[in-house]
Formats: sequence, structure tokens, C-alpha cells
Amino acid sequence: MDVHISSYLLVALILFCVGLFGALTKRNAIVVLLSIELMLNAVNINLVAFSKYGVNAAISGQIFTLFTMTVAAAEVAVGIAILISLYRNRDTVNVDEMDQLKD
Amino acid sequence: MSASYLVFFLLGLLTIGGAVFMINFKRVVHMVIAVGVSFLSIAGLFVLLGAEFVAISQILVYSGAISILMLFGIMLTKHDASEEGSKSKGRVWLTFLGVAALFVVIFTGIQNTNWSAIPVKENTSSLSNVKEIGIEVFTKYVIPFELVSVLLLVALVGAIVMAKKEEE
Repeated sequence: MDVHISSYLLVALILFCVGLFGALTKRNAIVVLLSIELMLNAVNINLVAFSKYGVNAAISGQIFTLFTMTVAAAEVAVGIAILISLYRNRDTVNVDEMDQLKD
Repeated sequence: MSASYLVFFLLGLLTIGGAVFMINFKRVVHMVIAVGVSFLSIAGLFVLLGAEFVAISQILVYSGAISILMLFGIMLTKHDASEEGSKSKGRVWLTFLGVAALFVVIFTGIQNTNWSAIPVKENTSSLSNVKEIGIEVFTKYVIPFELVSVLLLVALVGAIVMAKKEEE
């Protein structure tokens, strides 16, 4: 007997909610990026779970997960580059101090 | 209680525990370590779901590359940074309420779905997981695959241009 699909969905849901809470409340931009990675990982768990237990169970879910990982890696690379450039110019990593467009 | 339940329980606990510790730690470096534990146990969950290739990619990309990239990001900015959280407590509570509402909505959705109506399909193909993925990628998903390589190249060039020192 295998583990039921709803258990996987529950783990992914909790992970997504924790990531969402972190992304909305934390001030350090690196921690916000980490929280977004957690949310993407929760989605990946869902995709792989449905690729085994879904109505149209197929290998496509795992391939989509691989594409998601690639896009996430590219996003993190560009995000860290922007962050380093911003730190050099403004001397801060806190998201609530990045308000230059407001002035 | 079979062994797969036990393994699933352990991996799920580590996954959620890493995420929750990440939210609660004060030092940013500790947060990255906690989230690394979470990424590794997600790879374990993938193995449990029969997706070995995705699990190895998860370990290589997330636990390897992204965690190290985050550490580099921390070291190149404020390396002793600590997270003191949002200033206004009201906004934190408002966010918590919103996230809790989202959780309840999706949780009731999961609970009310009749999962036993879905027929359990046995894996009929005799190929291994890696072979299956390879055949599928290079027959049905060739164009997205090539587009992803272009995207990676653009991200590489963009990150270098963005992070290099500007000339006076």
C-alpha cells in the first residue's frame, strides 16, 4: 500500500503557505528569494505527485518539474546579481528601504 | 504501518521543519542551512514518488547550486546580517490571517475531493525513469528544451552584466 496522494498535497500546501508567509513578512531580500524558492518547490512536489497518482498519470509532470527548476535557477542567478548591484549603490539589502521610485 | 509510510512521515517532517526553522531563525546563514535540509528532504520525497531523475536534479540544482549562490549573496552583501522581521506587528498578523485563510480554503478542497475515484495506474513501461524522461524530452518537448537553453544563456549574460562593476 502506497502513501495516499492527499498526504503529498498536504505537505506541499504547508510548504507553500510557510513560503508565502516568509515572502510577505521578511525584510531581507535574500530571505525573500529563499521563500520564493520554497513556494516553487511546493509546486514541484504537486507536479511529481500528480505525475504518479493523477487522472492522466504521465511522465510529463516530471519533465515540467525539470523546466521549473531551470527557470528557478535562472531567476535566482539574476536576482542575486541585482541584489549585489543594489547593495553596491544603496548599501542596503532590506526590501522596505528599496523605495527609490517613491521619491 | 508499512515502511513507506514511515519514510514519508520522516521526510515530510524534515521538509516542513526546515521551512519553519527558516522562518524562525534570526541569522541569515542559519536560514540558508535550514532551507538546505528542506530541499534535501524534498529530493527524498521525489525518490518516494518514483522520480529518481528529478530527485538527483533537485539535489544538484537546489541543495548544491542555489544554496551556495544564496551563501555567496549573503557574503557579498551584509555577511553578518540578521533578520529582525517587519516593523509593524499589525501587518504580520494581517499576513498571517491571509495565509491561514488560503490554507483553510485549499485544505478543504483537498479533503472534499474524492481521490479514490481515480483509478490507480500501474507503471506499465519497462523502461527506467531516466530513459523514459529522455525519450519524452527529445520527441515531444524538443522546442521547449532548446528554448530553456537560450533562457539559461540569457540569464548567465544578464547576471554578469548586472553584477560587474560599472566603469567610471
